[in-house]
Parts: sequence; structure tokens; C-alpha cells
Amino acid sequence: MQDLLRRYGTGLTTIFCLMVAFWILVLIVLPNFSMLFESFFPYLPVSELDGPKDVFTLQNYEKVLANPIETNWFGIPITIPIHVSTFVDTVFFSALVTFMTLVLAYPLAYFLAKVASPKSIPTLLLLLFIPMWVSEALRAFAWYIILTFNGPLNALLKGLGLIDQGIRWQNGIFTSYDAIVIVLTYCYVLFMLFPIYTAITSLDTNQIEAAEDLGSPWWRTHWRVIIPHAKPGIASGCVMVFMLSAGSLLVPTVVGSTKANWFPQTIYTWFNDALDWNTGAAYSMIFLLVCIMFVILAMRVFKVKLSDIAK
Amino acid sequence: MIRNRAFLGQLYFTLFILYLLVPLVVMAGAAFNDSKLPTVAPWKGFTWRWFGELWADEVMWGAFLNSILVALAVVALAVPIGTAAAIVLNSISGKVRATLYGFMVAPVLAPGLVIGISTVLFWNQLGHTFGADEFFFFGRGLHLATLGQVSYIAAYVMLLVLARLQSFDPGLEEAALDLGANHGQVLRRILLPHLYPAIAASAAIAFFQSIENFNVTLFTKANDTTLTVYVFSQVRAGITPKINALAFLLILLTLILALVYEMNRQRKAKIEAAREAEARRAEEAMLL
Repeated sequence: MQDLLRRYGTGLTTIFCLMVAFWILVLIVLPNFSMLFESFFPYLPVSELDGPKDVFTLQNYEKVLANPIETNWFGIPITIPIHVSTFVDTVFFSALVTFMTLVLAYPLAYFLAKVASPKSIPTLLLLLFIPMWVSEALRAFAWYIILTFNGPLNALLKGLGLIDQGIRWQNGIFTSYDAIVIVLTYCYVLFMLFPIYTAITSLDTNQIEAAEDLGSPWWRTHWRVIIPHAKPGIASGCVMVFMLSAGSLLVPTVVGSTKANWFPQTIYTWFNDALDWNTGAAYSMIFLLVCIMFVILAMRVFKVKLSDIAK
Repeated sequence: MIRNRAFLGQLYFTLFILYLLVPLVVMAGAAFNDSKLPTVAPWKGFTWRWFGELWADEVMWGAFLNSILVALAVVALAVPIGTAAAIVLNSISGKVRATLYGFMVAPVLAPGLVIGISTVLFWNQLGHTFGADEFFFFGRGLHLATLGQVSYIAAYVMLLVLARLQSFDPGLEEAALDLGANHGQVLRRILLPHLYPAIAASAAIAFFQSIENFNVTLFTKANDTTLTVYVFSQVRAGITPKINALAFLLILLTLILALVYEMNRQRKAKIEAAREAEARRAEEAMLL
């Protein structure tokens, strides 16, 4: 702080600090505090605000536990509240998407960082970047076209004689979340690729060669040398992909079947259709808490710092 | 073994690129299909008419303009805030720095809808506290979308500028001060010129992040909409290939930008290589 004052004087330092304070307080801390606060008050028409009914309550949070439905998890029938079921599904399938992007991205990241010739790297990276510059809405829409009942995928499979009847992809084959998982994986795989690529680039190639010279089979070189080194990148990619998937509203709405509910859709319904902002606040508080827990979990599991994840 | 691995890698890379590009090609191709539904499978003939319909769509143009305006506002706010934050962070250390850093990067990790909802609730509550519920600034609208987006986009700016600051020599500022420069001059003539590449890059990133943004905007917007939200509402409401025409144009724009960038890079690389060869020749000549 002394340093700042000496270099830039009182005036400029005050301006810097005010800008930082505006960002952290007005744009980040107070809005979240406001959301926490509102989530404990009932939704009332404007005329009844500040009235006798405007008191502290937990009823918004209790709504999560309302409306039990019959469902089954891996064949085991259970009865749970509908929103809890949506929530668990969202977390589970987001984790699945994270895993799939990791499996898809890791070999490619390794190829780009250590196998491909360094001269061609900028061109290859640019090729990968092009789809990322196309907006998420359009990428989801592209898959909507592909997966529709009378769409090109069914036409292709029928043309090849693999299927006789069109498949309703949006309703899913394994679970009703198939389409969502496919499209989320497509949309976010590059968010997994680039952090891992950056991490592997910083690994000294001599270490890989040393492992190979000492007789390590390729899988052990990966397991013991490359993956441990790429850990911060993997952690960063996992956190990003999980957050983006679990928080996606666009993809589930565009390609999801009517049976597949995603938690952000539930929040949006409260907020926008029911216009019950307070319950919306309570739901997004729950959502935020789980996200924070996930980040902490990832930091523990991968033993990395926050500054490794957010780069 | 090595060659084998390189071949497998190239094969995988090619498949991966196809996986990324084929959906986009399908979508762009559907823009030219003379079918009421956006698809390529039953090909009903080539047409330009969806481009005509897109051109005549006033809502789309309004949304397009809004997207640009919001993005410019986001750049104007996020770049100074992020730069200031990087400068402040760079001059402190220890617990305070870690805490501040945590607060700053938290919105990058937080889901967009949480940012959107919390922003709306905060300004709404502020308006209520001041007894000015009706005043437009406290209600939903694109101004709140801008603020919500700034809250996380400023973090990208901060990270980029902070990285650039690592290569800055503070001795230069000391020297300028000793030579009688005032504080404004130190900032304007010494520090900012060093940061310009990072500032320019972060401005571009902020602009495109803002155009892309969906979650925050959806929750904070009122009636006015941005391009991304417009595409979403069109897809939801049952679509005509008009959106494919739009997608085609956007992909084309992306490709042109990428091509210009790549050509520029290769030209620079060529100049660099020529220069190196020249230096090598000169060295050899000197040895003789």
C-alpha cells in the first residue's frame, strides 16, 4: 500500500482503491448478501412489503422438499421431492460431462503439447479455437438440428442401414438426459483441453524420455509422470466444466426432453414464470453453496490452490 | 514407436476437429435449404430467402445493436476496474492479497444465473430502500446485465494484466520519479505503455465474452434483448432457418477473422525467419 502511494500519489491511489471497492462491494459482495437476505423473506405483492407478513421465514427453502415423486435411481425405486431429484440429476450428469470431457481432452492435450511439431501448433490451436468463438446458443442449436427426429443423424443412420426406425434422441436411449450430456460435452470440451494443454507444455520432455529409457511402459509414464504434472490443469478444467454444465440453462432448454429437468431451469421458472424472486433466491443460494463445496472438494482432491484453478 | 504415436495423435486430432466442425457445417448448410424447418436431411433445393428474411427482421437488428452497446459498456467498465485491481494486487502481499484475490476470481467460477439473480435483487432492494421502486435504474434491464457481466469479466482483465505486470521493472518508475516526473506521468508514460498489449487483449476478450453472455443477461434483462438471448428465444419458440442464416454469417465472420490472424502470424514468422538467417550469414561471414 505504501508502495502504491509513493508511486502514484494519493489521488491515483484513491481512484484505484475506489474502483476495486466498487467491484468487490457493489458488484460482488453486496448482491450476494442481498440474495441471501431475500431468500429468508416471503414473496409478497408490493402493497404488503414491510407489512406484518414481511417476516423472517424458512419457507422458501422448505419448498425444495415439497412434492415428492416416484422415481428410480439405477433401478432402485425411491420417493423423493421433485426438486431434490432434479438437483441430484443435475449434479450427477454434470459430473458425467466433466468425466467425458476429461477423457476426450487429455489425449489431445498431450498430443498438442508433446507430440505435434512445435511449428504447426499455432495453426492447430487456431483450428480448435474457431468453434469456441461461435456462441454457445448456436452450438446448442446446431445439435438441436442434428438430433431432431427427422434430422440428419437419423437420416444418415437409416441411409447406412444401421437402423430402420428413427430414434428419438432427445428422449434419450439410456436416460432422458442423453441429449443434454452429449451437447454439454460438445460445448465445454475445449474448456477442459486448454488448461491441461498449458499444464503439460510446462513439463520437461526429458522427464518423459527418462521414464521411457528406464523401461516404463507408456501408461505408467502417463500415470506417474505426466498426469501428476498436469494436475493443476486437470483441476482447473474439471472445475470450469462442472460449473458451466451445472449452471447451463441454454443447453437443457434447447435440446432437453420434457422429462429431463435441469436445476437452473427450476430456478428460472421460479424467477421468471412464477415471478417469485425470493424462492428463486433461496434455490440459487442452495445452488451456489454446492458450487462452492465442489470447488473446495476439487482443491482438496487435487491438492491445488485457488490461484491454480482460476487462471 | 514414435512415428506410430505421432500418426495416432494426428488421426485423433483430425477426428476431434471433425467432431467440432461437423455440427457447425450442418447448421450453416441448413441456411440454404428451402425447407420450413431448419434441417439438411431432406434437401429441398437451394435458396437465399432465409438471408432476406433475416435482413428484414427488425427484432434481430435491435438485439444485435443492444449486444454491441452492452459489450462496449462492459469493456469501458471492466478494463479500467480490472487494470486497477491488478495494480493494487501487485503492490500488496500476504493474507490481504489472498483474500482480495479470492473475492475477485469467485465470480468467474460462480454460475452466471447466480450473478444475474443477485444483481437484480440487490438493485431492486436498493431502489426499495430509497423509496424509488419505479426509477428505471433499479429495475431489470440491460444496464443491470452490463453490471452483472462486469462483475466477472473484470476478473479476466485483472488476471491478464496481473500476468503482464510480472515482467514490469518497477525500477523504471523509480527512475522517472527521481527525474522529476509527477504521479500521473509515471502512470501514463511508464506503466500503461508496458501494459497496453495485455489491456488490448483483455478488451477484446471482454467484448466477446459480453456478446457471448447468456445466463447473466437472461436473468437481468427486461424487454430489450441481446443477440444471444434472441437466438435462444427463437429456438425455443419454434424456428425458421432464419437463425441458420444468422449462424452462417457469424461463422463466416469468425473464419475471416481467424484467416486474417493466421496470415498475419505466418507473415511475421517469415520475417522473423529471414532475419535469423541473415544474422547467421553475417556471423559466418565474420568468422571467415
